[in-house]
Amino acid sequence: MSDKPVQGEKRVFMTGNEVVAWAALAAEVDIMYGYPITPQNEIMHYWTRMAPKFGRKFLQTEDEISAGFTTVGGVMAGKKAFSATAGPGNTLFQEPMSMAEMMRIPTVVVIQQRGGPSTATVIYSQQEVTMTTFGGNGEGFRVVYSTAGHQDLYDYTIKSFNTAWKYRFPTFVLADGYQAKMREPLTIYDPAEKGIEMVKPEPFVGRPGMPGVDRPTQYLRNTYNTEVELYDAVMDIAKDYEAAMEDLMEWENFMTDDAETLIVAHGVVSRAAQGALPELRDAGIKVGHFRPITLRPFANEELRKAAKNAKKILVVESAYGQFLKLVKEALYGMDLPIETILRPGVGITSEEIVARIKEGR
Amino acid sequence: MPKSWNPETKPHKFCPGCGHGLVLKVLGDAIDELEIQDKVVFGCDIGCSLLAWDFFNCDSIQTHHGRTTPVITGVKRATPDRIGIAYMGDGGGYAIGSQHLVNAATRNEKITVILVNNTNYGMTGGQMAPTTLPGQKTETSPYGRDPLDTGYPTLGPEMVSAIAREGAYVARGTMSNLRQLKKFIKKALQNQIDGKGFSFVEALSSCPTNWRTNAEATWNFVEKDMADYFKVGEFKAPAKEEK
Repeated sequence: MSDKPVQGEKRVFMTGNEVVAWAALAAEVDIMYGYPITPQNEIMHYWTRMAPKFGRKFLQTEDEISAGFTTVGGVMAGKKAFSATAGPGNTLFQEPMSMAEMMRIPTVVVIQQRGGPSTATVIYSQQEVTMTTFGGNGEGFRVVYSTAGHQDLYDYTIKSFNTAWKYRFPTFVLADGYQAKMREPLTIYDPAEKGIEMVKPEPFVGRPGMPGVDRPTQYLRNTYNTEVELYDAVMDIAKDYEAAMEDLMEWENFMTDDAETLIVAHGVVSRAAQGALPELRDAGIKVGHFRPITLRPFANEELRKAAKNAKKILVVESAYGQFLKLVKEALYGMDLPIETILRPGVGITSEEIVARIKEGR
Repeated sequence: MPKSWNPETKPHKFCPGCGHGLVLKVLGDAIDELEIQDKVVFGCDIGCSLLAWDFFNCDSIQTHHGRTTPVITGVKRATPDRIGIAYMGDGGGYAIGSQHLVNAATRNEKITVILVNNTNYGMTGGQMAPTTLPGQKTETSPYGRDPLDTGYPTLGPEMVSAIAREGAYVARGTMSNLRQLKKFIKKALQNQIDGKGFSFVEALSSCPTNWRTNAEATWNFVEKDMADYFKVGEFKAPAKEEK
């Protein structure tokens, strides 16, 4: 068996899907369960090529429901397991991830968003925000990292395993088809050499010893006999989630201190927003940009701070208001006009953002 | 009482006259005799099978509608030294979870699936199941199941044995012959222990609550009506497994 898959630091030029596979290897993932769907397929392609060289495993399931539930099983068995999906696959993943949410199973799923609902638009959108942050028939106690590029994909794929295993909430890396398919430079590294300690997985079932004799028998269930029993279970999780929120929330501010116009965008669209700032500032427009990295939990207070001098907000997203809902909730009561660029399924350039802000003056 | 049972949860929660208790009794005996209690990861589905979530002193996972097979597959793939048992009803295995059953069998997953067939959806109040017999009255076939309208009952072991390959073990037993049912379940577990392939046992069982039968009529339905339609016996056994 070979040594560590990633040693030292290395400058590379890769597609996002390849980055995810490398990051999962570097994060000491044991097994991937997956089902093919564009645009995440190459995660599995790279994983299946590299995994056997490092003693890691793979199972191709019959559908995404199965991929989700086998991932749940693998995690319960005490292995670092993950999956990746998109679009209609993400829809099917909501069922197993609801189980993971209620049973506190540290699953990791990488989502490469595509256009909805089923076939054809297989490359890009930001239309899986609502489903990924609040999907399933539960309360949405999950962690969702929205990445903006390949360095993020590497960093947050590694981080997602630590988040999942430390806090025991299902964790999602929410990227998109552009990030999946394009190639850009980044630095890959061995987390240990960066001082990142990977949380060791632990078995939920199958610990050594005779159950009921040497150790308590593990009974993992998501059936509750009464509504009150369910209430208590959910409230316990809610308490843990709220206690962890402070640690989990991540965001970035770009020139927000004196911003009179605040652009709010996430994921790859944040890069268009970042790109728009220099030209607008040169034109004397006090503009800033707030980028939430975690969409769930959402850094409400930090967004409000970034908006403290703002006279208006511009929400930009490649969906028809899914991200806008999160922003509105965060800004509730601030009485700020909100303008939007909503482009479901379509990419957004910095030129468009510049033009919109200039014409709106 | 089998050693592998959890005595603290007995008497069990199944209705009087339900077959689950008997099937779980012989499963418990089989686990004891094979001495695998500390290796078993027991998964149960929804419907009445979920009431088995704390039945054994074996690590147990109660999962979602029809999803026990993939959960146990996930456990087994991650930790091949475990003995994975997926326990479900006819609805969980033949309706909502059928694609998982079919594909687990096709991939020859080294797990053991035990499916309890009581020809109806017990916990949801006695609706028609994939295994409801022609003419049988249920809440959603109140005039009796008409196969021209709703199709014929699923023949699970027949289907699985047709798609399963080398190393698979497939049988159908009945609660009316527990000695034989235990033999089948034991062989199914041994097959997994030996790492030969997918193992599947259907167990004919009763639901006197929703069948609205008395003791005698319940027994007649299991022994005559069900056994006439669902043939009891071994459908597939690895050639060299006889010991």
